[in-house]
Amino acid sequence: MSMKLSTRQVDGITIVDCSGRITLGEGSVTLRDTVRDLLAKGNKKIVLNLGEVNYIDSSGIGELVSAFTTTKNQGGELKLLHLTKKVHDLLQITKLYTVFDVKDDEAAAVKAFK
Amino acid sequence: MEQTVSYTLDSTLDTVDNAEQQATRIATELGFADDEVMQISMAVREGAINAVLHGNAYAPDKKVTLAFERTPEDLVITIRDQGKGIDLNTIPNPLSPENLLKTSGRGIFLMRSFMDVVEIRPSQTGTEVKLIKHVRGSSAGGKEGSQ
Repeated sequence: MSMKLSTRQVDGITIVDCSGRITLGEGSVTLRDTVRDLLAKGNKKIVLNLGEVNYIDSSGIGELVSAFTTTKNQGGELKLLHLTKKVHDLLQITKLYTVFDVKDDEAAAVKAFK
Repeated sequence: MEQTVSYTLDSTLDTVDNAEQQATRIATELGFADDEVMQISMAVREGAINAVLHGNAYAPDKKVTLAFERTPEDLVITIRDQGKGIDLNTIPNPLSPENLLKTSGRGIFLMRSFMDVVEIRPSQTGTEVKLIKHVRGSSAGGKEGSQ
């Protein structure tokens, strides 16, 4: 299953609902393009909802890191929401879990923006 | 599965997906638990990514060979590319604080995390990566052979 993304606004925060696989190739490129497009349009408070992401590889992990740092470097903020166990475990073993701001409740994620 | 199955594959993204799918199928057929199947398929995917992307650099005249061997104690997976080889001494530790926010460099680390033994041998004809997963219940165990 390839990756699918859709965006919606909640109280001025952009929620990106992701589903499928974030892997080398199409999945990673789709995520990269979406985040860059959001930032270019001034949407700098972003939540990546990964609740339907069932697979991620090292390229996908790199893309999450890139999205995080790119957003931060442009004065924005990016949080992760609803990690599946696979993605949670991967972020744990790569020591990235504490780098990202991870939430498991959408309302709390939206409220957490400064 | 026969004792050994091998494939010669092009240096394309399809090969990465294909390698992962073959690993999933074979590990499942051999009776590995679901979490082990995921670990094996992910390790093979990372090995295939390295072979296609970093080893052969998508060169159409270079091939990736992928072999699965079932021994009494192990599933042994070998991935070979025809690239220029790698110097393991130059591979940074992705867990070091200064590398945490790098966008690449986690493939070998993930392979080592998910498999019982990982051997990487640079050679004049490319790089050979051997991934070994012990069959549960066999006397072999631990990660003592990992690099």
